[in-house]
Amino acid sequence: MVEANGAGAGPRYGERPVVEVRDLAISYGGKPALKDVSLDIYRHEIFGIIGPANSGKTSFLRALNRMNDFNAGMKVRGSVEINGKDVNAWQNVYALRSRIGVVFPLPVGLPLSIYENVAFSPRLRGIRRKAELDEVVERCLTRAALWDEVKDRLDSLGSLLSGGQQQRLTIARALSQEPELLLLDEFSIAVDPVTTMRIEDVLKELRAELTIVLVTNLVQQARRLADRTAFFLTGEVVEIGDTEEMFEGKVKDERTTGYIEGRFG
Amino acid sequence: MFAATSLNRRSYRNQAVAKAVFGLMTVALVIPVLVILGALIVRGGPAISWEFLFTPPVNGMTEGGILPALIGTIWLVVVALIASVPIGIAAALYLSEYAPDNFLTRTINLAIINLAGVPSIVHALFGVGAFVLFFRFGTSILAASLTLAVMTLPVVIVATRESLQAVPQAFREACWNMGATRWQTIRKVVLPNSVSGILTGVILEVSRAAGETAPIMFTGAAAYLMFLPQSVFDQTMAMSLHLYVIATQQPSVPEEIPYGVALVLISIVLLMNAISIAFRVYLRGLKKW
Repeated sequence: MVEANGAGAGPRYGERPVVEVRDLAISYGGKPALKDVSLDIYRHEIFGIIGPANSGKTSFLRALNRMNDFNAGMKVRGSVEINGKDVNAWQNVYALRSRIGVVFPLPVGLPLSIYENVAFSPRLRGIRRKAELDEVVERCLTRAALWDEVKDRLDSLGSLLSGGQQQRLTIARALSQEPELLLLDEFSIAVDPVTTMRIEDVLKELRAELTIVLVTNLVQQARRLADRTAFFLTGEVVEIGDTEEMFEGKVKDERTTGYIEGRFG
Repeated sequence: MFAATSLNRRSYRNQAVAKAVFGLMTVALVIPVLVILGALIVRGGPAISWEFLFTPPVNGMTEGGILPALIGTIWLVVVALIASVPIGIAAALYLSEYAPDNFLTRTINLAIINLAGVPSIVHALFGVGAFVLFFRFGTSILAASLTLAVMTLPVVIVATRESLQAVPQAFREACWNMGATRWQTIRKVVLPNSVSGILTGVILEVSRAAGETAPIMFTGAAAYLMFLPQSVFDQTMAMSLHLYVIATQQPSVPEEIPYGVALVLISIVLLMNAISIAFRVYLRGLKKW
């Protein structure tokens, strides 16, 4: 089980980070959700974020691809740089978002066929050739551990799949963006344990190609997957560190141990 | 153990009373509709024939058919639709999908609701001032249709906006997160899933426009014309005004003719509504989430 840091090329800690967050503060209608968070996420890293409800994990993710634009009540201060460029400096925010895959706890199967769900983003990129689209759809559905279940009914509606299947469809859709950065917010809530393990294996493979931010309420999932883990509590980062060391008890703050060991949360 | 408490029994009784009261109200609502329809069919039915539908009125409208009025109503409705549907849908798309939720947007929304409450005679006077006189369209199909269009715009806008907003926000956010623009999201996901509501709005507009009298009587509809309209700049007869004239201004019209006209008019409206309902049921069968 504990071989998270083994597979693939491994994180590039020597290089400039993919995501640089400085003094990020988020509030909703004056109520703070995140307070002055600064952290770096490196290329080919799986960066885990753990913490109880209302700790600001999801708000943090939403700021990374400017989802705050959708929500007038959500105010963001501080800076988020991706590949060295401030996300607010992107005039064409669509180009920014197309490079960031997002998966939320609640699955969203678009009311399109399964095929068109996965072909949506490739089509936005201008891919028109059927053979090429077929290839992307099969590859992404296979990686999301859904291909075998749906390959005979790609024309049926994605929004009519079961919850767990829709979540895997959502993951396939995020992968179809060929993202540089993948944001996963408690992706396994609606997925059964066996499938979760299959997707976790895929995520380990994907680390060789991209960078993953994994928000999870399952501390053991962070332990299995994350290279480094951040512990968020009531809008603050209590601790960031090497996942293995953190779980072995090398922590600066005893609240971290308390949460990991399930004494509160 | 499983004995009903007095509170249980009271809830049960209240629920029975509520159901009975609401049911009676519904019956009370249906009765006038049935009476009107029944009276029209009994008294107007004998007047209906192919000849009635396809010949012009003769002898000071005391004999003959309703062809010019029927054709005129079709003209008026079609031109009104051409004018109002694109504007209405575009405005609803803007308000629902693009406009930020601020004071201005809320004011516009309020104005649209108020526009729906303006009495039709006021719209008629506006139509005379704006289209007949200011734009110099004269009393014509164009002026009358534009007046109808202004009057029915809120119907289209409200129906369209509501059906757009019935599409779950999560679908939009999923598209935006893949880098789709607002317009790509609208075209691929939002519009295909709100077509039924939009069409319902359009059909409601048709039935509203076909039945109105006041907005057209000063702007383009005439009580009696020898000729069918040749272009939008001609005046025309219309079903609603024709009914008004023969029912109130012409004493010697045999009774079954006005009832027949009313029956045809209400049949058109009911037919449009039936199509709209059938369409809704059909699309609900294809419900995608």
